Amino acid sequence: MSVKQEQLREAALEAEGLSSPLYASRKEIYPQSVDGYFRRMKWAILVVTLGIYYLLPFVRWDRGPYAPDQAVLVDLANRRFYFFFIEIWPQEIYYLTGLLILASLALFLMNAIAGRIWCGYLCPQTIWTDLFLAIERVIEGDRRERMLKHRSKWTASRIRDALAKHTIWLMIAWWTGGAWVLYFTDAPTLVMQLVTFTAPYIAYVWIGILTVTTYFFAGYMREQVCTYMCPWPRIQAALTDEHALNVTYRYDRGEPRASVKQAETLREQGKPAGDCVECNQCFNVCPTGVDIRDGLQIDCIQCGLCIDACDNVMTKIGRTTGLIGYDTDINVQRRQSGLEALNVRIVRPRTLLYAAVIAIVGSIMLYALVTRSPIEISVLHDRNPVYVRLSDGSIRNAYTLRLLNKELQPTRFHVHVSGLPGAQLDIAGTKIDEQGRIFIDVGADQSREVRALITMKRDELTPGRRDLRIVASNPETGRAAMAKNLFIAPEK
Amino acid sequence: MSGAPHEDIDAHSGTATTGHEWDGIRELNTPLPKWWLYILYATIVWAIGYIIVYPAIPLISGHTPGIAGWTSRGAVTQELAQLTQQRAPMTSALEKASFSEITKDERMRTFALAQGRAAFGDNCAPCHGAGGGGAFSFPNLNDDDWIWGGSLEAIQQTIQYGIRSTHPDTRVGIMPAFAQILNTKEIDQLANHVRALGGLTTEKTYEKALGSKLFGEQCAACHGDEGKGNIELGAPNLADSIWLFGSDKASILQTLARGRASMMPAWNGRLDDTTIKALSVYVQSLGGVKTAP
Repeated sequence: MSVKQEQLREAALEAEGLSSPLYASRKEIYPQSVDGYFRRMKWAILVVTLGIYYLLPFVRWDRGPYAPDQAVLVDLANRRFYFFFIEIWPQEIYYLTGLLILASLALFLMNAIAGRIWCGYLCPQTIWTDLFLAIERVIEGDRRERMLKHRSKWTASRIRDALAKHTIWLMIAWWTGGAWVLYFTDAPTLVMQLVTFTAPYIAYVWIGILTVTTYFFAGYMREQVCTYMCPWPRIQAALTDEHALNVTYRYDRGEPRASVKQAETLREQGKPAGDCVECNQCFNVCPTGVDIRDGLQIDCIQCGLCIDACDNVMTKIGRTTGLIGYDTDINVQRRQSGLEALNVRIVRPRTLLYAAVIAIVGSIMLYALVTRSPIEISVLHDRNPVYVRLSDGSIRNAYTLRLLNKELQPTRFHVHVSGLPGAQLDIAGTKIDEQGRIFIDVGADQSREVRALITMKRDELTPGRRDLRIVASNPETGRAAMAKNLFIAPEK
Repeated sequence: MSGAPHEDIDAHSGTATTGHEWDGIRELNTPLPKWWLYILYATIVWAIGYIIVYPAIPLISGHTPGIAGWTSRGAVTQELAQLTQQRAPMTSALEKASFSEITKDERMRTFALAQGRAAFGDNCAPCHGAGGGGAFSFPNLNDDDWIWGGSLEAIQQTIQYGIRSTHPDTRVGIMPAFAQILNTKEIDQLANHVRALGGLTTEKTYEKALGSKLFGEQCAACHGDEGKGNIELGAPNLADSIWLFGSDKASILQTLARGRASMMPAWNGRLDDTTIKALSVYVQSLGGVKTAP
């Protein structure tokens, strides 16, 4: 009896009592272990992604004496984000926006090509749940044993198993949080501090938070995170189409279901019999407890384990594999109605559009990153007072100058005014050379705010507003940055 | 876990319905997980706890206080105390430092400027303007003219003791009224002479010799022979382009005839010495005096 039929029967039973529950308890899922192509690929992805997650904070990247040497670092205290050769300042948060746009478009593209690749293979929820399941399986046994144990009384061995399982789960959860905090400060230092219990308390707080969420989400919530909490299943349901590859039960080949013996009998009688022998292996191995034979559904994360399970059975009974496999909706329908299957069209308007937008956004980001200026200047004109009359009748405007030095070494900027002949620039706290040029020192990877005064002599004054530019240049590299502003004099 | 009555099983999906129907469309009953409901109950319990612990229910005058005794004002006080504590090392360094030490130390100067800016906004801006731009009879602090001197020490003294304030050490500067001393014609001549000193136009009736003589007799004692002022007495420089009480003839006539006596309160005792020190650094920086490092 399939799951759908089971639900139908339950619903019918409840209908007799004229009431059905509005709230349901979770049905415990005991996924059976399985071996095969997709399982091995998932193990490989699990090892690689977890390896990256746990080891990346320890990768070093030399940035010279004025910047940290951690390859990936979110330096909240100093408001910098480092990613290998990229360094982002807080006002450059648009890079993150661009990255998020790219990420969502990549999800769309993946979905249009081969369904929920992200959900099935890459999502942290899937990976950690997989890991926790593996531990559960090692300690408490496979599907049948676990089902029996969970129904049995609490014996010493069951208590021992439970203790072992939860201890290991908590240890993994702790390390998940432990690795997380390493991205926010120098990793080796923090590890030493954690070992000697001298780390800042906020580190322990975050480790605690991530320990709890990991333990809870991977140990208990599992598929419920996907079915009830995650928006992506809903979004992708609206994005997929009949040409997208999805983990599919080929009902054209599988139906009507019959056991091996029944099928023989039916075929002898000249009646149709499908390849599905209703062994329920696809359902037994499913980590989200769905029956793939009910078709595409929100709960299905498309991890491909049912493909492995079905292929194993088909091989055993000597039938061709691939009763469950990556297929498109349209092809299953066409074969069902006796038509020839189409070639899988990976290149189609939808995928081309996604790829094009990814290319455009990616190019814009790359261009912005490559042409990112190591010097920036911003100028703010004083609002009150707008201008000041000095003793000798000249007029002075005051500005707040902010110089950004994104070089990883201290830099001496030459600052001057252009576009306003006769303007006299004064900046307190600066160095002036013999030619009267003004230089401002800005520390490595720092910004500096100074108050700049521009004075116009009485005889050079014109009434009203005039445009000017304040230019900051690095004499060593020749790079310059410029900011437009105004010089304001009284109207009469 | 109350159930909604229904008799329908949707034929297509085999799912029970909730019994709700809109224009023939029936709502399938896909049960929510129970923990979802428990979270709702948990938030209700939390809300009850919150109402007990924190101020919550508005009453006719006031509100329920909550057993934790939390108030937003108390939270601010606590945060301010934390801030003061956080700044304590810099504050005490600033307290001990001399002006020359402050101007030489970029970090200390930046700290003093920031503190001075805040104190200026709280205490000085009502008269001198948010940016120290001044107004009629309230000196512009952005210009290069300092009635009582522009050195840090002079500015500090002005802030501490004020001008014509109630403090015994106050600076005192008064422009006397000449209406009783001089006749109308003499005052008129003087007004023209003062405008001439400042490089402004004069009237045809102005006789330079007479104006000069009158100025020498009546004004030079404070403002100096050439009208360049005297910071010891707080006598403004009349030979520049800056006019605290207006440069048009009517304003000058009024200044001469009725005198001027503005005042600045003493801040000694109202602000602590460190704040006054920071204010001095900030106020001087407004004028752009080139004593910074």
